[in-house]
Order: sequence, then C-alpha cells, then structure tokens
Amino acid sequence: MAKPATKPKDDPSPAKAKSPATPGDNSVSPDELKAHYRDMLLIRRFEERAGQLYGMGLIGGFCHLYIGQEAVVVGMQANVRDKDAVITSYRDHGHMLACGMDPKGVMAELTGRSGGYSKGKGGSMHMFSREKSFYGGHGIVGAQVPIGTGLAFAHKYNGHKNVSLTYFGDGSANQGQVYEAMNMAALWKLPVVYIIENNRYGMGTSVERASATTELYRHGEAFGIPGERVDGMDVLAVRAAGEKAIEHARSGQGPYILEMQTYRYRGHSMSDPAKYRTKEEVDKFRNERDPIEHIRKRLLDAKIVDEAELKAVDTEIRKIVNDAAEFSQHSPEPDPSELWTDILVEA
Amino acid sequence: MSIQVLMPALSPTMTEGKLAKWHVKVGDEVKSGQVICEIETDKATMEVEAVDEGTVAKILVEEGTEGVAVNTPICVLAGEGESDADAETPAPAATAEAPKEAPKSEEKAEAAPAAPAIVAPAPEPEWKGGTQHMTVREALREAMAAEMRADESVFLMGEEVAQYQGAYKVSQGLLDEFGAKRVIDTPITEHGFAGLGVGAAFGGLKPIVEFMTFNFAMQAIDQIINSAAKTHYMSGGQMTCPIVFRGPNGAASRVAAQHSQCYASWYAHVPGLRVLAPWSAADAKGLLRAAIRDPNPVIFLENEILYGQSFDVPEDPDFVLPIGKAKIERVGKDVTIVAFSIMVGKALQAAEELASIGIDAEVINLRSLRPFDTETIVQSVKKTNRLVSCEEGWPFAGIGSELSALMMEHAFDWLDAPVKRVAGLDVPLPYAANLEKMALPQSSHIVEAARAVCNR
Repeated sequence: MAKPATKPKDDPSPAKAKSPATPGDNSVSPDELKAHYRDMLLIRRFEERAGQLYGMGLIGGFCHLYIGQEAVVVGMQANVRDKDAVITSYRDHGHMLACGMDPKGVMAELTGRSGGYSKGKGGSMHMFSREKSFYGGHGIVGAQVPIGTGLAFAHKYNGHKNVSLTYFGDGSANQGQVYEAMNMAALWKLPVVYIIENNRYGMGTSVERASATTELYRHGEAFGIPGERVDGMDVLAVRAAGEKAIEHARSGQGPYILEMQTYRYRGHSMSDPAKYRTKEEVDKFRNERDPIEHIRKRLLDAKIVDEAELKAVDTEIRKIVNDAAEFSQHSPEPDPSELWTDILVEA
Repeated sequence: MSIQVLMPALSPTMTEGKLAKWHVKVGDEVKSGQVICEIETDKATMEVEAVDEGTVAKILVEEGTEGVAVNTPICVLAGEGESDADAETPAPAATAEAPKEAPKSEEKAEAAPAAPAIVAPAPEPEWKGGTQHMTVREALREAMAAEMRADESVFLMGEEVAQYQGAYKVSQGLLDEFGAKRVIDTPITEHGFAGLGVGAAFGGLKPIVEFMTFNFAMQAIDQIINSAAKTHYMSGGQMTCPIVFRGPNGAASRVAAQHSQCYASWYAHVPGLRVLAPWSAADAKGLLRAAIRDPNPVIFLENEILYGQSFDVPEDPDFVLPIGKAKIERVGKDVTIVAFSIMVGKALQAAEELASIGIDAEVINLRSLRPFDTETIVQSVKKTNRLVSCEEGWPFAGIGSELSALMMEHAFDWLDAPVKRVAGLDVPLPYAANLEKMALPQSSHIVEAARAVCNR
C-alpha cells in the first residue's frame, strides 16, 4: 500500500479548515485544535485567578483547583451533544467552563455573591446549570456516581439518545456506591460513561496506598463493563477515547469506563501543602507533560498558528478572566431574604 | 501598568505568616503559574505562584520576615515595556488590589431575617359520595396506580417490588398493569438505587423508591439528605428533586433491634424534606397521592402492622389530602393526645378507656411531621390545657421533645400541666416477646400519662 501523502512540515500554505492538524491524525481539524487550546487555557487562567482570590480572602471554605487536568474535560466535552448530562465531584470549575457556563457566574459563586450560579448559596463545590445540562458540583466523594447513573436512567426511560458523562476521581473509585451504581448501569444497559480522573492522589493518599488494584479502568470488569486507560494529559487522546466510549453508551450497549491518567499541580484544596509528593514529581509533570504546552507546541510545529495568534488568544482569555474576577467582586452579596428561599419548591 | 503581589491566605483562618524564601529576584521575568516565593505558617509551608506575567520590579518584604499580614503587598511586577522606575509608585491593578468589602445590603452586622410564617394548607375538603372499606396496603397500591396512570414520568423501584409483587405485597399487580419499564426490581443496594433515583429525579422523572423497610434506608441516608434534600437550596433553586422514598418504618413484630427503628425524628429534623406518616387507609391513599405529586423529596413512613388494617376511604377519584395538615380524629375537652402512624390507633383506644373514667380526650393524628401543624395542636391545647405526645421511637430528641418545645414557645400560658411524653423505651428493641412488649408504648401507657396530666 502506498504511503499516504503527508504535508511537509515546512509547507507555508495556510492550514485548511478540515485538513488534519497533525500528520497521521485525521479526526481533528486545526480549528478544533485551536479551540481545545483556548478552552484549556481558559480553565488554567480561571483557576489561577481563583487561587489568587482565595489568597486574598475573597473566596472562602474549600476550593479545589483543576490545574493540570484540563485536557480531560476539554477532550471529553468535544464529543457531547445538546442535552448530554454532565456531573462531577467538587473539583468542578473546569467542568463548568467546558460545559459553556459563564465564567462570571462561576467566579461570583466562588466569592459567594448573588450573581453566582447558585445565588451564592452553593459555593465552589455546589453549582449547577440546567440550561447547560451540568448537574453539579457534588461535595460528597462518590455521591455523584449513582446520581449520574440516574441521569442516564432518565435519558433511557424517556427514549432520548443522550448520555450521562459521570466524572469522578481515583479517591471516589473505592466508594461502595460507585460499584452499586456500576452494577445497575450494566444490568440495565444505561447510557453512562464513567470518567475516572486518576490524578494519583485522593487528597494525600496515593492510589497505590488506597486501591488494592491500581488499574482503575478494570474496576468495572466484575460487571462486564469495558474500560480503557487513556493519557489524560493529551487532549487528543482523551477526545478519541471519549468518542468511542460515548458512541458505545449512546448506541445502547451500556456503560463504559475511561481511566484518565492525569495530574493535579496544586494541592488537594487550597490549604494542602502537598507534602506527600516530591517537588521533582510535580515539576516533571509541569515541565514535560503539561497538556496546554503540549498542544501549544503542536499548533506551532504544524504552523497552524504563529506566536502572535497565540498571544491574541492569551489576551482574550485574560480579559474573560479579569472580567469574571471583577464581576465576582462587585456582584452584591445575596439579599438576607435569600436565607429562606429555595428550601422547598412551592407547589 | 505594574501589579502588586499580595501576601495570600492559605486557609480560611490564616491571618499572617512568614515569608520564608524568595525564588525570584529583581529583574527576573515571571510567568503565570511560576513559583515566586514560599510562605510558612505554624501549619504548613506553601509555594506562592504568580498569577500575572511581568518582571520583578521590587521586593517589598524581605525573605525571613515573620508575621506578614494577609493582603500586605510583598512585591511589585512591572508589565511589558515598563521600566523599574515606573514601578516606584505602583497603581494597584484591579485584579490584585486589597479585597473590597462586599457591597453590604446593610451597614451593621446583619441579623438573620425571621423565618417566613408557615402558610397553613387549605383545609381538607369534605369528601362527598360513598366510601370504600380497604386495607392500608390496598390504599397505598391504589394511590401509586392512580398517579402512575396520570403521569408517565412516575415509576416505582425497589427490592422485590415487581416480580415478587412486593415484599409486603404493597405493589401487587403494578408490574402487570405498568410493565417492567415502570415497575423495577433493584439489586439489594439501597445506597446505589436511592442515588440513582435522585439522579432520575434531577433528570425530570418522578421516582417512587421503596425501601423494604426504613431500617435499610440508613444505607442510603447520605443520598436522601445530602443529595435529595439540600440540592434545591444549594443550586439557588435551579435543581428540583421530586422523589418519594417510602416503606415501612418502626417496629413490626419480633424482628429485633436492627429491623425495628422509628426514623420519624431523624428525617423530620431536615430542612428540604417533607415527612409524612399516615395512620388510616384514607391517610395512606390521600397522602401518598399528594407525596407523588409534590415537587420535593418526600419521606413516606408506613407501618408494617397497619398494612393489613382496614378503614373507610372516600371513593371520589380525586381524593387527595393536603400535606402539612393534622387531623382531629376524636374531639374532646380534657386532654390533647397527639400521635402519628400506629400510635394513633393506640391513642384512640386509650381515649375510649379514659372516657370510661370520665376523661374526655381529644386525639390528633399528625399525618405530617414536616411541615408540622403546630397551629392545630396549639388550638387544641388552648381548649384542653393538657398535652400527651405519643410515638413509638425513642424519647430522647424525639418528636415528643419537639412537641414539648413548641408548646413552651406557643402555648406556655395555656398549659395547666407539664407536657408528658409516651415513647418507646430508650433501649435497642429486644427480641423476646415479653421484653419487646415492655419496650413499646401501649395504650395503657397513654392512659396513665393522660391521667397524670389531668391529676386523676
């Protein structure tokens, strides 16, 4: 078979919209690659700013940053359709941005203001958007897994061709209710994709110290759920694996597990000094495996963009994040009357 | 424009710390995410990362300085094309200036506004037409069937509800009528299927989740409270969870401690839930229909011993009861006896005995534990001036304790005697027939309590 013609790397002609972003990769267009870069960068810059606002005392309580894990949610969300449900744990800011929620509303919830998605009553760990089919934001480790399975149940019950993307961490992966949910999902062939974001540590306990078997993608084998391990630092690898898993669920074949091997650069929450791992380990991921740098390099190497274009993206993102930070500081605190609203739906 | 970097707080309680080490010096370029210094508190050492890009123009706090207050400027970054001199008098960037006080709606410390008054439900209409004698079991089944016929989004799930026809036969015949899509046998995984039900409710369905008994719902209580009850509030009203958790609660007969607990006060404690406890077949039918229609999570506490008892139920096809309304089952003037679930029958039995010794008791069937119909009880106490509360559960922090507190707050001046509580004994329920009987409240205990508050 003849070798397919590939575009020489130094071809100066502008990239066509549908031509492969990189040789050998036929599924992602240059525009999509640029979009992934932008979406990951938005999460990174948003989280850095959230960390700063926390340091300034403007964000209280717990605040779990997603820095380092951006490729996971951006790669997965590249495959969703309208009304596909998304649910995750408390490390949720990235998921909300990737679902298209307004950064202003997210940041204002972090600062506990009336302009936040939950009117300031939920905070970092508890935000929702029915419009964007984002079902939270859950503070109890593993609780979102049966709930996400129930969202898939509702899609199947209603005859919708939608799926539920249920994200959880390596820490949740040992919770009993996760396996109760997996059993029912497999038993009833529910359209759910379980995305295990394995960032190697459940708070301060490494996967090796918490899980008897560390191949988390195999944790559905007892229920016959297929699983796959994915390089969660590579948005294109995530995207490709996600496409396959979502198709599996959407076509009525039941649940699928994707174990995303990823890494969080920051501590578990803002107050975690992260003494359970070495600085060298963190630096190695940051310097050698960073998901954003990876795509940035790819964009430049394939001459899809030049430095000036990347600078423009950077400037655009900075403005969005600055506007969100501004909004989150100027939006008023909730009115005292909000104390007593939304306890029950008035029939 | 130059940017001030402020001393950050590492935790919600940190007010100051030590600037342990600088990783950059004047003239260095820094990028977003780059570690610029380390700070220490008595609890931890943490790295401070730059959020903005620029060149280090000035270091304002020397390495090794202790007691640096949170939000003190620690260094100045100069932006692109700016000389160090420009940074001499830095204008704080909007994003890095000291935290602005949140715009307060009031200047002084805010007092919490008072809870809104509970709007009393509309009084129960007089149900005209005939009545039908049926068991509580049949009434519950009819309620589910009627609501499932009316609304496609209502479905029933639980252990043995479908093919087995219900562990206590409450769901008998439902599989035949509605099919396996809407009457679903679950594996024995209460935590999992309760959570799955919550997810289905978030997704727009109206699940009825049957627990074989509420004792097993302890496996699922995190999903009931943290997920079902709190999410409407935590989402600022965006998410709703229209779900009914139902099943037998309290003691059955000789099944010992793990299968015999009353959870009324546990659930009644929680804002965001409705908690109902029917006694008669009419209660069961009317309240379960209301529970299924209600857009909130409802805990529906049944009683195994009552399943086989028969009562008259209005035949009207629209029969439904209001949530939050107690019912005066027997009118009297000397003492008010408040009960719910199986204790209502025992209270009525006690009232008959009391009548024979000349004490005219009023018996109130609470029916709803959250919301709680304080008004009906207060009106009764204003008439009788005496109150006995009855429940099968343990006395400490029970429904009777709450009732006593409410009377202190709302009817103190009308009480002629302290409120008396009749409750299960403060022990795990024993198996032996004689011990079990001693541990559970009987009508004779209610008679004694009523006589005591009446001084007779």
